[in-house]
Amino acid sequence: MIAFERVTVRYRAREAPAVDGASFTCANGEITALVGPNGSGKSTLVRALLGREPLAAGRILMDGTERASLEQLEFARRVAVVPQREETVFPLLVREYVALGRYPYSRGLTGSPGDAAAVERAVARAEVDALLDRRTDELSGGEWQRVRIARALAQEAGMLVLDEPTTFLDIAHEMALLELVHSLAAGGMAVLMVSHQLNLVARFAARMVLLSRGKVMADGPPSKVMDAGTLEAVYDWPIVISRDAASGAPVLLPLRKR
Amino acid sequence: MIEARSWHWIAALALLLLAAVAGLVFGVTNIPVGDTLRALAGDGDDTTVTIIRTLRGPRVALAALVGAALAMSGAALQGVLRNSLAEPYLLGVSGGAAVGAVLAFGMGMQHSGSLAIPAFAGAIAAVAAALLVARAAGRSARGDPRTLLMAGVIIGAFANAVIMVALANSTADTLRGSLWWMMGSVADASWFGALWLAVYVGLAGMALLRLAPEIDVLALGEDAAAALGSNVERATRRIFLVSALLAGATVAAAGLVGFVGLIVPHIVRAFGARRHRPLIGGSALVGGTLVILADVVARTALPPAELPLGAVTALIGVPFFLYQLGRTR
Repeated sequence: MIAFERVTVRYRAREAPAVDGASFTCANGEITALVGPNGSGKSTLVRALLGREPLAAGRILMDGTERASLEQLEFARRVAVVPQREETVFPLLVREYVALGRYPYSRGLTGSPGDAAAVERAVARAEVDALLDRRTDELSGGEWQRVRIARALAQEAGMLVLDEPTTFLDIAHEMALLELVHSLAAGGMAVLMVSHQLNLVARFAARMVLLSRGKVMADGPPSKVMDAGTLEAVYDWPIVISRDAASGAPVLLPLRKR
Repeated sequence: MIEARSWHWIAALALLLLAAVAGLVFGVTNIPVGDTLRALAGDGDDTTVTIIRTLRGPRVALAALVGAALAMSGAALQGVLRNSLAEPYLLGVSGGAAVGAVLAFGMGMQHSGSLAIPAFAGAIAAVAAALLVARAAGRSARGDPRTLLMAGVIIGAFANAVIMVALANSTADTLRGSLWWMMGSVADASWFGALWLAVYVGLAGMALLRLAPEIDVLALGEDAAAALGSNVERATRRIFLVSALLAGATVAAAGLVGFVGLIVPHIVRAFGARRHRPLIGGSALVGGTLVILADVVARTALPPAELPLGAVTALIGVPFFLYQLGRTR
């Protein structure tokens, strides 16, 4: 479980905080979706969790342990984060790339004994077996995202954080990825997923947290957070919410301006 | 596809040895291979033994060490800066070392052996200045490797200005000496200097090989590196420091030998090294080979004149680099 308690992050002393007293939890066994407009503080929260931005106030707890008390390697053994951006200037083979997920366990010049087996499990789980000998700069968008998740799974952490994992993916790859993430959560992981695709996450997440200007505006099951009034106020755009006839999931439709 | 196949390693080692033999055999007077090997063991006429053991031997050793150090430094910096155009001299190392050497020249130090210390001091001062400039940048820019590259370029430009001012006011002898030094040379090699550099490059090289997995992770980007447990700022600082120490030592020992740090990692990557441990190790072997051969060309192309080593490395390196570029595309 990941718990954010009154977390505040400031980029500059005098400006409004990027994250302003945000509190919510991400429970084991389900997907928690972190949504909100551009600049609402979603990625800043991920960076704060990574230790890349210091907290001005509040704390982040991971299974009860305070984030700030953990060494970076220890953090990486507990939480696997797939950041929004990653570079492939110097491409690796997929098998080498996934093996980097074992970095948190490396000691000195050698790896740890469980490395090969952990990589094999991660590869099987993310179904990227067929890609092992491909280069990371030759993968399609969908393949690359799955390979990145395989790398995260090789970390064998109990918690998984994904920052906009479905950007640039077509419908089939997007759905396949979400099905994979959902099954990982169903297997017991705590999954925190940052996303712009409200309709999509409303079908997979047990819980949605809506951020606006660094504050939590709504927090609960999709049926509660997908509220036309709240979303209109946060996104500053006319919105209607209907219910999908087939799945029963709430569906958001932004209206044309007249 | 196996990374860095074992025959690649054997071939690289064999090439290095062949280059070393060539470095001993060829010169103003070419000595047959058999005589060269006998002279190495101390047999043969005194002149040959002297040429091989006290002139060409240390020269080959120094060239190999300079090449190895520059290539390892370049491989590490390209990875950590995530930029395939990065090279050791971009950090301001070359400019700083040149300032140190030119100032020492100006103050009357003439023997190039005594330039090592001021040159090294200048190189380290320049890198420290670049790190400080990058650190003074805003918090959001500090972690950005481009900030450090910019800082290095700026410090380098400033160093160039200092050199111009120093040289504008100097005698023709000082000018020629300084320019010659800046073009790179291993002509003044001694066993003492080579041994000293060997220990230094050996230790720093091992440090880089140890840091290599950190470079693999940092090459993915800073957020990804942090996600995998890297202490990004600390790791980056360490890698910069070791790379700068390596490059600084080569500048002190042999002046500016351009292009080696830029192109050798690309050559080694083209042979399938992707992770930084084989990349840095392979770069050491290939870099050593390249500079030994460049030195052979430098002293045999237009006898009795010697060409500047730095010019030869660029003349050999650039076409080879372009060929590799064409092959990998």
